[in-house]
Amino acid sequence: MAVSPVEIRAGVLAFGNRTLWSGLDLEVEPGEFLAVLGPNGSGKTSLLKVLLGLQRLSGGSVRIVGRAPGSANARIGYIPQQRAMQDGLMLRGVDLVGLGLDGHRWGTGLFGIRERRRRVAEAIEAVGAGAYANAPVGRLSGGEQQRLRVAQALVGEPDVLFCDEPLLSLDIAHQRAVSELIDRRRREAGTAVLFVTHELNPVLSYVDRVLYLVNGQFRIGKPDDVMNSKTLSELYRAKVEVLRIGGQIHIAGARSAVCEDEPHHLDDHEYQHQRV
Amino acid sequence: MFDFALTGKLLGFDFVQTALLAAGVLGLVAGLLGPLIVARRMSFAVHGTAELAFTGAAGALLVGVTVGYGALAGAVIAALLLGVLGGRESDRDSVIGVILSFGLGVGVLLLTFYDGRTANKFGLLIGQIVAIDPGDLTVLIIASVVVIVALALIYRPLLFASVDPVVAVARGVPTRLLTLVFAVLVGIATALGVQIVGSLLVVALMVTPAAAAARVTASPWKATVLAVVFAEVAALGGIVLSLAPGKPVSAFVTAISFAIYVVCRLIAFMRDRGRKVSAADAAPVPS
Repeated sequence: MAVSPVEIRAGVLAFGNRTLWSGLDLEVEPGEFLAVLGPNGSGKTSLLKVLLGLQRLSGGSVRIVGRAPGSANARIGYIPQQRAMQDGLMLRGVDLVGLGLDGHRWGTGLFGIRERRRRVAEAIEAVGAGAYANAPVGRLSGGEQQRLRVAQALVGEPDVLFCDEPLLSLDIAHQRAVSELIDRRRREAGTAVLFVTHELNPVLSYVDRVLYLVNGQFRIGKPDDVMNSKTLSELYRAKVEVLRIGGQIHIAGARSAVCEDEPHHLDDHEYQHQRV
Repeated sequence: MFDFALTGKLLGFDFVQTALLAAGVLGLVAGLLGPLIVARRMSFAVHGTAELAFTGAAGALLVGVTVGYGALAGAVIAALLLGVLGGRESDRDSVIGVILSFGLGVGVLLLTFYDGRTANKFGLLIGQIVAIDPGDLTVLIIASVVVIVALALIYRPLLFASVDPVVAVARGVPTRLLTLVFAVLVGIATALGVQIVGSLLVVALMVTPAAAAARVTASPWKATVLAVVFAEVAALGGIVLSLAPGKPVSAFVTAISFAIYVVCRLIAFMRDRGRKVSAADAAPVPS
């Protein structure tokens, strides 16, 4: 019987007298795709930090693949936001992916370099990044970098995959490509996926459950059970309307609620808004 | 100026061979550390550490201890200070400036109390490799072996933390610990460099060869090999060229190092231009 990839019991996270969330019970199954949504400042990133062992819970318990957070990070795959990499950065795609395989291990890695090359090449092949894997990463487009990021996260055959806004600043074609790769992994290898995002639509067809965090409140459930006018209005304590258009979810209502479709550069502004 | 016969004769002397051995060891260590120093943007930290190695060496000169130990102590303390105080990226630059200038000031004061040979004082700043005695050489080799072994042990996670810190942290790499350990390794290497090229010019061996290598390759392994080759050429070549004219070694080391850097930049420039032209030819007409 496989242990649960992610298990939180009665989790509380508070900074000073500000409680981000409390009473959080969450169990992610192997192969499950869980989307974590919510406006900025709602504790999505902090949740990831807790799961990575970089932030302690204020209360409750958390286990990652049956172990204390921070002690099982080698079994976690992690896809960060796309960030501009320095043009002169001394790193090629193959090196980036290779670090995902064994960069956390001590030593030089000179032994077993052949096996390493093979696995790295396979991972790069699987995401279709072979054409530019030997180029300096600083010269690649955001979409190419994120494909390599997926290979980097998957090459270590993780039990659980944490994604922190991996589609941000990608065009629609690359958003689709990257989310398909993530979906394929969890279907083929049973890797649990915890996907933090501003935008649910690009991954809506893959998502099993949604964790929606707002101002200390949260809901967990199937997309339809969470992403509806009644539930979101309760969460935001304001009238929010959820519209389904062509298989996509659109949210209209109080300004503070329009987190889904907010362009990212407005985030700070929005954040100010919500804290008032 | 470059008299080959004289150079050949001088190469036969023990003290010259000791100097070459010392420079060879230092070139190896500097070349191995360099690419990581460049990737972590630590050039200024190396310079700051070197100035505090000077302070330590000046103190050692004053109390009559082997200069090498003083430089080592100064550089390691500096490395730890910078590692602890300069944790945040935004602080780092100014913290180095503050510590560097204070340390240099203390060093200058210490030197005024020293009544020995002036050449010894000057040597700390610009190097005096031909004055390295067998005792110094032993310290140099032991310290270098320690640095190389330690570097080999932490190489992969250190590279990970240096080029991809966000994912490295997520994968459980102890980035803060590595920052401190690496700072100490750099401190040790810098202290060794101070005796050879002097504290003002140690950057020429620790940073310039790796910066040149990073211009021509994006592969960490190739960059390391190239940096070692460049550092060796600069260090050994600098000594050999300095023999006949009888001028300071550091002038030649820095000149060779700089020339290599310029050539690498030129190579990168030509290659990129070629790439852009061919890409423009191949690309369809933009609509």
